[in-house]
Order: sequence, then structure tokens, then C-alpha cells
Amino acid sequence: MSDMLLQMQGIHKRFPGVHALNDVSLEVRAGEVHALVGENGAGKSTLMKVLNGIYKKDAGTIHYKGSEVEIDGPLQARKLGIGMIHQELNLMPHLTVAENIFIGKEPKKMGPFLDKARANAEAETLLKSLKLDIPPTTIVKNLTVAKQQMVEIVKALSYESELLVMDEPTAALTESEVVELFRFINQLRDSGHGIIYITHRLDELWQITDRITVMRDGQYVGTVNTDETNKDEIISMMVGRVIYEEPKQKNNVAADAPVVLEVKNLVAHNAKDISFKLRKGEILGFAGLMGAGRTETMRALFGADPITAGEVYLDGKKIEIKSPSDAVKYGLGYLSEDRKAFGLATGLSVQDNCVMADIPTYSKGFFMDEKKISRVAGEYVEKINIRTPSVSQLVKRLSGGNQQKIVVAKWLVRNCNILIFDEPTRGIDVGAKSEIYKLMNQLAEQGKSIIMISSELPELLRMSDRIIVMCEGCITGELDIAEASQKNIMTYATMRM
Amino acid sequence: METKKKFDFTKLLAPAVLLLLYAFFSIFGTNFFSTDYIINILDGSYYIGFMAIGVTFVIITGGIDLSLGTTMMCAALIGGYAFNSWHWPMGFALAFAVVVATLIGLLNGILVAYLKLPPFIATLGTQMMGMGFGAIVTKVQTMRYPTFGTAEGFFKNFFYKTTSGFPVGVLWLAGFFIIGMILLNGTRFGRYTFALGSNREAARLSGIKTKPWLAAVYTFSGFCCGLAAIFYAAVYTSIIPSTGNGQETLAIAGVVIGGTSMSGGTGTLMGTLIGVFVMSVLKQGLMSMGLQSHWQTFFTGAVVIGAVLLDQYRLKRGNQIS
Repeated sequence: MSDMLLQMQGIHKRFPGVHALNDVSLEVRAGEVHALVGENGAGKSTLMKVLNGIYKKDAGTIHYKGSEVEIDGPLQARKLGIGMIHQELNLMPHLTVAENIFIGKEPKKMGPFLDKARANAEAETLLKSLKLDIPPTTIVKNLTVAKQQMVEIVKALSYESELLVMDEPTAALTESEVVELFRFINQLRDSGHGIIYITHRLDELWQITDRITVMRDGQYVGTVNTDETNKDEIISMMVGRVIYEEPKQKNNVAADAPVVLEVKNLVAHNAKDISFKLRKGEILGFAGLMGAGRTETMRALFGADPITAGEVYLDGKKIEIKSPSDAVKYGLGYLSEDRKAFGLATGLSVQDNCVMADIPTYSKGFFMDEKKISRVAGEYVEKINIRTPSVSQLVKRLSGGNQQKIVVAKWLVRNCNILIFDEPTRGIDVGAKSEIYKLMNQLAEQGKSIIMISSELPELLRMSDRIIVMCEGCITGELDIAEASQKNIMTYATMRM
Repeated sequence: METKKKFDFTKLLAPAVLLLLYAFFSIFGTNFFSTDYIINILDGSYYIGFMAIGVTFVIITGGIDLSLGTTMMCAALIGGYAFNSWHWPMGFALAFAVVVATLIGLLNGILVAYLKLPPFIATLGTQMMGMGFGAIVTKVQTMRYPTFGTAEGFFKNFFYKTTSGFPVGVLWLAGFFIIGMILLNGTRFGRYTFALGSNREAARLSGIKTKPWLAAVYTFSGFCCGLAAIFYAAVYTSIIPSTGNGQETLAIAGVVIGGTSMSGGTGTLMGTLIGVFVMSVLKQGLMSMGLQSHWQTFFTGAVVIGAVLLDQYRLKRGNQIS
């Protein structure tokens, strides 16, 4: 086809232990808005990083405007005419619109001096040609987020980009701003630009896109014309038919099991009016897309971030958690999604990390009780099968799965009754995954209560007794495991309140 | 994944530098290879050593204390003023000096841990404040401590040199190094110091009260400066107001040469001890070559840069292994 702008065919990308892209193809025509959708971890970002030259593909071809290209880096991608608009804006808020557009290629006069007048004039011409009513001398931080988004797009266009990649451009926009942005995108389509549009908001697909490509688990699922499909079909393409983990059949927790933790109307950053109950011995799953507010809710509950409003009850008694040390005192443990940043001191030994949450118990007065520490660390290394040559090994020398188990060990040593697992299996291999699952089930059987945040639906369906679904800071649904399916979770997860 | 344990040759670097420097000055310096000079080296290392012990803890938390030198001088000045003008007994005056330094350390701790100032800025501010404060209290007079043989001069015999000429200060320094090592490796205080430097957020999320512990580390550093003040007064007798800035670089350089990383999380006091002697040998050695103090300043600066470059190299290598 002559108007084919981009053809990516048979793209493969492997990382150690992961086949991140497996035979993925994507075609974008000139004058088309082409959506790229898939669950978290489906490989969308990886594919875009290959297109932008940040990752080198292991196999496959990229044709741009009819000729085969090898893209070594973002600079070259830009030279070819591929512009990236990232989710986080890359504008300098204290500079003007014109200065931002021409950053790195400022018009000059008389040698090294900046030609502000020309920059402003050229920016104005560019903005006018796109029918944007933004004065080029405005300071960027005074613009609305939508307008900033457009400046970012104009900046990409100023490199004569014909293909634009927009990564969740509406994530930070209000309803009316979305309309404004869509009008602008439509205009770009009419002027013959090709646009790859990545989004998690499935409803948007029918407002703005022409075709949709779906990815799942690093694989290409299919491309459909937007007006010939519907949301249900897209969701089933996204989650697939293949369920590689047997889901749990029924809730293992008796309906009258005591409520150990109750959260009432909790408000915090990206958590709006969250209420839920956690029962003894229950694994409560939290589903949602990236940015749904699950981690924020749990961090606020744990005292890691401030709570604006809300009440927390432990075994029916009201408690105040103002800091993580309060939470730990009440028997809560939090396993962060980013264990290297928040979970472990990787430069310290296995045993130091194991007792990190319970140092007073493992010291005699002011002095550390090294014997007791290495004994308890050794005990847990054996109990949960941490593969390490010794308890004095530095944590950074262990694999991801073993590191994760050390975080678990830390909270087990502390003897926590309520454990919050935030993405417990992220970045660890399949074998370690099933060991973590086994461990979680054992803990639940012992009467510990677990909150599990996960972006992997099969994992939630396999582990949870009950699933709470969040979207944009709100709880949008609650499902007993017997009625939960990937489909109805995704429906709630994309529901805007 | 276990990686093969390779011997880390960078660990041998500090002792090697110490020996090389010593050999160099023995050859090129005048009379450097003598007991006299060894005693000079020891004398010159007491106050640096005490400051270095405290700042080792601070640097392990990933912070820095630039106020060491002026805190020490401020404490020595105020102790001297208490002795000279208020006629306090020597013992009380010295204890007061330690209290003053500890309070400055506490101020650093509050600024860094509770008010969340970057340690560099906070301690740069207290560096100036300490320098000014000492001069204000003493009305810009030089404070003289008693000399050997005078009534209150016993403190010099006690901390610096016995009447028979034995450098007793080295025993104090060695003793305090041992206390420091126990504190760093055997107590909760030490464990939290490492945890704070290795990953403060993980420590906080493990329920450790990071703010008071971090403040305690800076307070301890101040306390060590107070001890340094006693030994500085014992060895050098005269304390001149508005001095002391620059002394902290000797201690910090010693710590970094000794293998404690400026980015926190790792460090040993044994390394610090060797690093302190490197700085002291350098100082006395340049003197033995007839080079004046501006040369010392120049070379100290060069050594600091070299030590930090080495630290970055070590870090890079360390990260490659993991």
C-alpha cells in the first residue's frame, strides 16, 4: 500500500529470562490513528522502545515510508520523522512555549546570540498552521495540562515528524480537556500524520481511533477496524482464552470469619473514599490498571504516605497509623512493588535484611544479638527456601526471586498478621513465582490475612478469595472469586466513575 | 545468583598508599624516618582521628558533616574560655567543650533529619555558625590552655604525653576506635546507621524510626568533635578564634581513603584509621620536606579528589558485580 507509513514485522526482543516481544507486527498508515492496547506487561512499551531505538530488536524488520530502516536511538528516530510523546511531559515549565519548541535548535543571529523574535515568529506560524490558539510567549507552566500536551506534540511536529507515538495522552486530562485534545488529534490525522495511540481507556478507542492492534504477553493478537468491533471483543482479545493458571474455584474463607482489618472512607493521594474489610485467613486481591490507586491506597494505609481522611479498625478497634513504625507495631507488613527501592537494603546481608523490621527483638539492650539473628535468618532461609550460600551474603548478589523471598522473610520474622503484597511476583521467574504462591497460601492457612495487589489477572484469579477492582482512585467493583473472571475484572477496571 | 568471590584489591589500597607515602617521605624528607617523626605523626592524628570516627557514621548514612573542624575549634575555644575567664576547673571546662560540640551535632541532626535540609547545606551553615559563635563567646581572643608543668597542665599529661614522654594520646585514640567499632558493628545504633545509608526508605517502611536515629548519628559526630577538641587543646595549647574550617577535609578524606563510600551504606572504621594516618603522614611528610602549609592544603585537596574518584570507580565496579 502506498500510504503505508510504518511496517514493523516479526519483531522479537528477548531479555534475560523473558521473551518480551515474540513475533510482533504493527502497521500504521498515513492519516490514521492506530490504537495499541494490551494489559500491563503486554509489551506495548517495549515495542515502542524498539521503534524509538532505545532497545535493539533481536529479529524482525522495520519499514518506514517504504524503505527498510535500522533505528539506533531516539535521535535517529526523530531524524526519520518519528516523534514520541511520553506520558510524563518533557517540557521545561519555566520557559516559554517557543523556547520549549525550539529547545536544542534555537534560531540564532550574529553568531551565538539567540534570535528570540524569529523563534517566536516561527513558533507562531507553526501553532497557527495547527489552528492552536496558544501565544508562543506564554510560560508553559501557566498552560492547562491539555495545552501543555499539545505544545509537546507541536514540539515533536517541529522536527517534521510524520509518525507520532502518544503514550496515554489523556491520563492526566479532565473530560473537557480530552475533547480538546481529540479535536487536535483529528486535525493531525486530516493533515496526513500517522498516530500510534496507546491507551488503557478502552472507551476512547471508539472516539478517536481508526484501527486497533491488540497485544498480549509479548505477542501480537490481531488488528481490527475500530468500527467493526466492540469493547467486549477487544477485552477478550486482551485477556485471551488461554488461562495458564488454574483459577481458584471458591472462596476459602467462611463468611463469618472475623474481620481483622477494616478501612472506612480512606482518602489519600489518588485514593478516593476507599472502604473495605479484610477477614482472617483471607487473600484479598486488588485489581486495576496502572495508576488505579491501589499502591497509593496501601501506602497510605501503611502510614508511608499521609492520609487525608478515613478510619482504620484493627480487630474492631479504631487505630491511628501515622507512620510505618505505627503500622509495624500493629502487626502490618508491606511488601513493596519495587523491592529494590522500598523493600531491601541490597548492600546489606541476608540476615540484616531479615531482621530489619524487628531489630529490638534481636538485640540485647543496645547490642545486636548476632547469634540470634543468624539463627532466625537461617531458619527462614530454610523454611521458605531462599537460595543463598550463607546468611551473611549481600542481598544484591541474589536473584530477584530470592530477594523477594527475603522481603517476605523480613515480615515473617516480625510475625505480622496482616501482609500487604504489592505485585509480589513482578520480575521473578516462573519457578520462584509458584513458590511465592505456595507460601502465600500457607500463610493464609495459618490464619494470616493477605492483601495482594497484582496487575496479572491470572495471578489474582488463582490466589484471591475475593477481588476488589479499582480505577482512577476509586473502588469500582468487588467480586467473590466464584463470580470473578478476567472479563468482568477488566470491565470494572476500565470503568470511569 | 552467586558470583564467585573475587578478592577485592581496592581494600588493600589504603594500606598500600600509607606505606608508599611513608617510604616516599622517608627517602625525600629530612629526618622523616625517625621516632621523632613517628611521634609527630601520632600527635597530629589524634584530633583528625576523633573527628573521622564520628564522620564515618555520618558518611555511612549517605550524609556529610562539613562542620567538623569549626565545631571542634568552637568547642575548644569555649572550653578554654570557661577555664580562663570563668575559672572553671579543667575537668569541667573540658566536659563543657564536649557538651557544646554535641549540641552543635544535635543541631545538625535536627536540620538534616527533621527539617530535611541537604546535609551538605545544613552542615555548611553550621560550619560558619560554629566558627562565628566561638569567636563571639571569646570576644575574639586567643584561648590558651595551661602548658606542661603548670597547675592545671595535668590534662596534657593525661591526654597527650606522660611526664616520661610516652604519647598516651595514641592509647585514647585506639581505645575510642575500638569503642567506635563496637558501636558500628555490634549495636542497634550501628545497624541503623548502615540501614539508613543503604536504603533509607526501606528502613522507614520496615518500621524503623529513621528521623531520631539519623539525628543521633549527627549528634554522635558532634560528640566526637568535642573529644577532638580536648586532644587538639592538649597538643596545640593555643586556640585561635575564627579558624578550623578546612580541618574537616582531613577527616573526611581519611574516611573516604579508608573505603567508606560517599554514597552511603558501606564503610569500616579500620579503613578510617588507616585513612587518618595517610592524611597525617602526608601532612608531616610535606613539612619534613620543608614545604609550607599552603602546600599541605594543595595536596590535601588533590588527595580528596583522588579518593572520591576512587570511590566512584569502586561503586561502578561494585554495581557491575551485582
